[in-house]
Amino acid sequence: MSKDFSILIGGEAGQGSRMAGLIIAKIFNQLGYRIYIYEDYQSLIRGGHNFSQIRAAEKEFQSRKEKIDFLLALDKKTIDFHKDDLEKNGLIIFNSDKIELREGIGVPIEKITKEMGGKPIMANTALISAFSKIIGIDWEILQEVLIEEIKKSIDLNLKIGKRAYEISKNLLKIEKIKREPKILLTGNEATALGAVKTGLNFYFAYPMTPATTIMNFLAKREDLKVKVIQPENEISVINMALGAAFAGAKSAVGTSGGGFALMVEALSLAGQSETPILVIESQRGGPSTGMPTYNLQGDLLFVLSAGQGDFPRFVIAPGDAEQCLYYSALGLNLAWEYQTPVILLLDKDVSENTFSVDEKIANFHEFGHEFTPIFWDKKGEYKRYKITENGISPLAFPGEKNAIVKSTSYEHDEYGITIESEEVEKMQEKRLRKYETMKKEIERLPAVKVYGNEKSKIALISFGISKGAAMEAAENLGIKLIQPIIIEPFPKKQMEEALKGVKKLFSVELNTTGQLAKLLNQNGIKVDGKILKYNGRPFLAREIEEKFKNL
Amino acid sequence: MKQINLNTKAQITWCPGCTNFAILEAVKKAISELIEKGIPRENFVFTCGIGCHAKIFDYLNLNSFYGLHGRCISTAQGIKLANPNLKVLAFVGDGDTYNEGISHLIHAAKRNSDITVLVHDNRNFALTVSQFTATSPKGFKGSSTPKGSNEEPLNPLELMLASGATFIARGYALKIEHLKSLIKKAILHKGFSFLEILQPCITFFDNRKFYEERIYELNPVRKGLSNGVKNSLSKEEAKIKISEWDYSNGEKSKIPIGVFYKVEKPSFEELVLND
Repeated sequence: MSKDFSILIGGEAGQGSRMAGLIIAKIFNQLGYRIYIYEDYQSLIRGGHNFSQIRAAEKEFQSRKEKIDFLLALDKKTIDFHKDDLEKNGLIIFNSDKIELREGIGVPIEKITKEMGGKPIMANTALISAFSKIIGIDWEILQEVLIEEIKKSIDLNLKIGKRAYEISKNLLKIEKIKREPKILLTGNEATALGAVKTGLNFYFAYPMTPATTIMNFLAKREDLKVKVIQPENEISVINMALGAAFAGAKSAVGTSGGGFALMVEALSLAGQSETPILVIESQRGGPSTGMPTYNLQGDLLFVLSAGQGDFPRFVIAPGDAEQCLYYSALGLNLAWEYQTPVILLLDKDVSENTFSVDEKIANFHEFGHEFTPIFWDKKGEYKRYKITENGISPLAFPGEKNAIVKSTSYEHDEYGITIESEEVEKMQEKRLRKYETMKKEIERLPAVKVYGNEKSKIALISFGISKGAAMEAAENLGIKLIQPIIIEPFPKKQMEEALKGVKKLFSVELNTTGQLAKLLNQNGIKVDGKILKYNGRPFLAREIEEKFKNL
Repeated sequence: MKQINLNTKAQITWCPGCTNFAILEAVKKAISELIEKGIPRENFVFTCGIGCHAKIFDYLNLNSFYGLHGRCISTAQGIKLANPNLKVLAFVGDGDTYNEGISHLIHAAKRNSDITVLVHDNRNFALTVSQFTATSPKGFKGSSTPKGSNEEPLNPLELMLASGATFIARGYALKIEHLKSLIKKAILHKGFSFLEILQPCITFFDNRKFYEERIYELNPVRKGLSNGVKNSLSKEEAKIKISEWDYSNGEKSKIPIGVFYKVEKPSFEELVLND
């Protein structure tokens, strides 16, 4: 067997398939495998069909392996929905108390759980343990992971696990890969940890899938010392965050497209008042309420143009957890350096899927150069909107002696006093100069990444989660993949560099109209074709390859 | 006592004779006195919404954030969270806070955020040349309701009492000294302070005569209870006083002004920041 496994575990909402998937992933991680978990669930609390699909491989993939090697079924729907995707030699391990099946291995997980005096949800521990025995995982490794992951009633869970382990037969041996495990993080966890690195003080949010787990994670992790505030709606969220930033606290907000739409007026306020803020927008299927727990990359052009009037902004779209960590940290720094909104554009799969993260990235501290917000030198009269050559005016906060700090949504003079005279063009031009400074800044940062065959004359271009499957497809096809990460200001030079020698360019995106292709065209880059998908599920590499061949 | 100069160089563009001048005067006096008493000037910060009231941003030389229509109560809470040493005021209008941003007002009261909200209630959208707001009386003839509005007015004090505000007061713009003392009390109250200011709009809704015939000062100070905490009305008594006038044009009702309700509770910021 090649060292590239696809394990799918499914069940009803409330059966704990997600937790079970994470435990299985951690076991493989311990064995030196690189992990990617795709989470598929519906917008309901009980019932329905949820599954986690784990890819555990020697190579690092960030896309699903279509054919399933091990199908783990807590309920019958899991068999019904996924049996056809089973690899020829694939194995089904199922809950024999709920499912009748002539093939595969049935384990009476509910019976075992009951006998041991456990709660129904603990049946997933029995299933994981039976599976571990079947594929030759040492009990010690399994036990270690269970203890680490299960906080509640661990002794009982271990008892249930031990029993299921004992009654199961070993059929094969998953080979160990001799290397250190990596850190496993979802994109949302990484985003939160990234912002913490650069000093996040407050996180303001109103629950909205798929951004909610950023808030939940920060609230749970008190050791990170970020205050989590949940105001009455998204409008309040961002206006509070702007107030906090005005008073000197590093603040971020997080939401999805609908919540972001409510924040748009205040986004423009952040631009006009030059208030630093990190806005995390995790896309989900749209338009409107769309599909809360499924994915589309349909908000790219929206976040680029949201807000009345012209104002400078950064838009950054990381495509995996490592990138979330790095660019979330960077984003907060950019917000404070340039006193303007920074939008971190995620999508459902970047947010909620689990990725392997290198320890070096998790512990990074450097961006290649220092970021230090420009503060008032306490000399002379303070002018919040002092006209400067680079467009950045020194910061001071309320409470500062001898300074009157006036921030405003109106057009204003250097003190922040409202003006409507023709003098206003000076302030418009100051913000324009700031934008020019931002353009120079992004060319010093890693804005565009290139993967695959760098010499190929054919390239795919993709962003967010689509990067993962596009990378696998590009490698299989022997072509290049370009991933723009900093999207606004548009990284002209780095894009030119990435496009050197490329004769044909195809965009790969999860939307109906090819928004990235439109953006590239706007910037004078011809896109020869679009590979699109819009059924809410991220690309499989095969789909990209097939669509590419048909173009 | 010499008043501290809190003026800016901006030219004031309220209508000549606007009662906002009176509110500005009362605010300057109140803050000036509090600065004299030892609160550092740099620790005052205010936000404002959008509307006639909000022009105070340009006329009051203190730290301030000129926010969005209806949203500045949220901005104020953000400021207080970031730096609880600051005295945070939010100047809002009736259209601003009772129409556009009413959810923020309710929730700020509910969570007992330690900010002071001052409503310039001229009972119409004046800056857009007069349309009815939530506190306009039924039958109000504005530019969008030439035959008179069909909606009953809202009694904002009732709403605040129901929402959990821990300080509820009403003043009258043209009783400057009385208003000044209410502003001081509101600022000094720990927790959410709500101060509704009846502000005749001399251009579009000049109800000075109506108010002055009806207004009377509440005198809740009872013998033997001199400190600020215990001299206010109970919630039930406050409810009765608040209901004396329902913001309609009723001929008979009297209009009480003063502090209706005051109670001490832990503030939102204390609970969040000391957690």
